[in-house]
Amino acid sequence: MKISKINLFVQQLTAVSWKNIKIYYSESPVLIFGVLFPFCLFFAFALGRDLSYLELLPGLLGITFFFAGSAVGPFITPWETRTGTLERLLALPMPRWIMVIGDILAGFFFSLFLAVIIILFAYIFLGVKVISIALLVLTSLIASLLFAGLGSAFAALPTDKPSNVMMLANSIRLPVIFISGIFVPLAELPFWGRILSYISPVTYAVEMLRAAYAGNNYLSPLAAGAILTGFMILVVGGAILFHRRTLTRRI
Amino acid sequence: MEHAIKINNLHKKFGNIKAVNGINFTVQKGEIFGFLGPNGAGKTTTARMITGVLKPDLGEIDLAGYNLQENFVEARLEIGVVPEAANAYQELTALENIKFMAKMYGLSGENINEKAKELLKRLGLEKRIKDKVKEYSKGMTQRVILGMALINDPEILFLDEPTRGLDVQSTRIMHEIIQDLNDKDSTIFLTTHNIQEANQLCHRIAIINKGRIAAIDTPENLKDTFKELQTVELCLEDGDYPLPEEFKYISQAARAGNKMRYYTGNPDRAVKELINKIENRKIVGLNILEPNLEDVFVELTGGKLKNEN
Repeated sequence: MKISKINLFVQQLTAVSWKNIKIYYSESPVLIFGVLFPFCLFFAFALGRDLSYLELLPGLLGITFFFAGSAVGPFITPWETRTGTLERLLALPMPRWIMVIGDILAGFFFSLFLAVIIILFAYIFLGVKVISIALLVLTSLIASLLFAGLGSAFAALPTDKPSNVMMLANSIRLPVIFISGIFVPLAELPFWGRILSYISPVTYAVEMLRAAYAGNNYLSPLAAGAILTGFMILVVGGAILFHRRTLTRRI
Repeated sequence: MEHAIKINNLHKKFGNIKAVNGINFTVQKGEIFGFLGPNGAGKTTTARMITGVLKPDLGEIDLAGYNLQENFVEARLEIGVVPEAANAYQELTALENIKFMAKMYGLSGENINEKAKELLKRLGLEKRIKDKVKEYSKGMTQRVILGMALINDPEILFLDEPTRGLDVQSTRIMHEIIQDLNDKDSTIFLTTHNIQEANQLCHRIAIINKGRIAAIDTPENLKDTFKELQTVELCLEDGDYPLPEEFKYISQAARAGNKMRYYTGNPDRAVKELINKIENRKIVGLNILEPNLEDVFVELTGGKLKNEN
C-alpha cells in the first residue's frame, strides 16, 4: 500500500466533507431549514418580549445549532441515491462509517459557521460579552456535532427523496424546539414542563450557553455538558449504525 | 496465466429470491471479460458483490491477489468501478470530480492536479475541465465518470453498462477508450446486455441466467458450440414461406422482416430441401449465416434479449 490506512481514512474523510460542503451548502432546502427557518422561528417568539440580548442570545444560538446542524445531513444521502453517485461511493476503498462521518462533518461546519457569525455579530454590534469562552467553544463543538449527527441519522431512512427525510426531520425537530426551554428559562417552567424539557438535548445546549453568557443557568454546566456529550455519542453512533443497515438497501 | 479476479461459489439471496446461485469463474490478467445476461439474471448483483458494494451470503472473491472479505481496503485500492447508472457530481467541475476520486484512492501531493488534467486530456475533455458537469452532454459526462474510475490506474476496471443511453459516436469513443486501456494491460470486467458490444470487445464472455453461469468461453467458441444455430436466410418474392415442420434438416424458423430464417445444423442439406420445396417460385435472396452471439444468448437464456440501449 502506498499510503497508510490511517492517512487514507483521514484523506477520505476530508474529501467527503469537502465535497458535501461544496455541493450541498447552497442547496435551497439546506438554506431554508438551516438558516431562514431558525431565524424566523426565533424572531417570531422573541420580538415584542422584554428580554435583554444576553437572555436572547443563548436561545438563538441553541436554535441555530439545532436547525443548521441538522439541515445538511437529511439532504445528502437521499440526493446521492437519486443522482446515482452513492453506488460509486460504496465501491470505494472506504469503510462506510467514513462516509457517514463525512456527512456529519458537513453539518457540523455549517452549524459552527453560522454560530460564529451570530457570536461575532452580537459581540461587535450589540456588545454581548461572553463570561466563559471555553464553555462557549465546548458547547458549540458538542452541539454542532450532536445535531449534525441527528441530521445524518434522519437521512438513514432508505429513500431517494430528500423531501421525505425533511418531513421526518421536521416532524421531530419542531416539537423538540417547544419543549427545550429556549424561550422560557427552565427555572420558570412548571414541574411537568421541566421534566419534558429534559428529554430534549437542545435544553442542555441552551443551559450551557446560558452559563457561558450570563451565568443564569438552571442546570450545572458540568452535568449539562455530560448529558449533551452522552446524547452526541448516542446520536452519532446511531447514525453510523442506521446507515450501515440501510445504505445497501438504497441501490 | 495469472488471474485478476477469482470467484468461488458466490451466493446472494434477496428474501426468498436467489439472485446469485453458486457462481464460479476466473478472469485472467489483461483480459476483457464480458458478463452478459438478460434483465434480472443476476449480473449487476454479481458485479456489486465483486466490487464490495454488496456482501455475498456465501462465497469467496479474490481481486488482484487480495481476498475481498479479508482485505477490503487493499483489494478495492486496486480496482476502478463504473457502476450501473453511475453519475458524476453535477455541481462540481470535471477536474474537481476527478481530484475528489484521487483523494478517495489515497493519491496525494501536487501531482494530483497534473494527473487529473492528463487523464481528462486522454478522455478528450481538456478544453472543458473547469466547466461544471451539469453543462456537459451525456457522452461527455460518461467520459468523466470513466475518468473517475481510472485516476488510480486500476489493475482491474469494472464497467457496468458503460454505453447505456449513449449515441453512436459516444459509444464508439467509449469502445476506443476501453480497447486502449486493455492494450495497456488493464483487466476489464464488462457487464452488459449489449451483445454486439460484448462480441466486439471481449476476449471471453460469461453468460449468466437465473443466477447461474450458463456458459463461459470466447465469442468464437460459444458460436461454434451452437453450430445447429446456423441459419439459412431466404427471401421469396411472394412472401409465402414453408413451415419448418415440412423439412428434415430444419429445426425452427423465425421471420425477419420480409425474409424467413431457417435454423439448421446442416445448411447444405437445408438449402437443398428448401429449393426442392419452393420449386419455381422466385427467390429474391438466399444466404447461409453463421450463428451469432445473439443466437447463442437466446439459446442459453431461453428468451429474447431486451435491448434497452
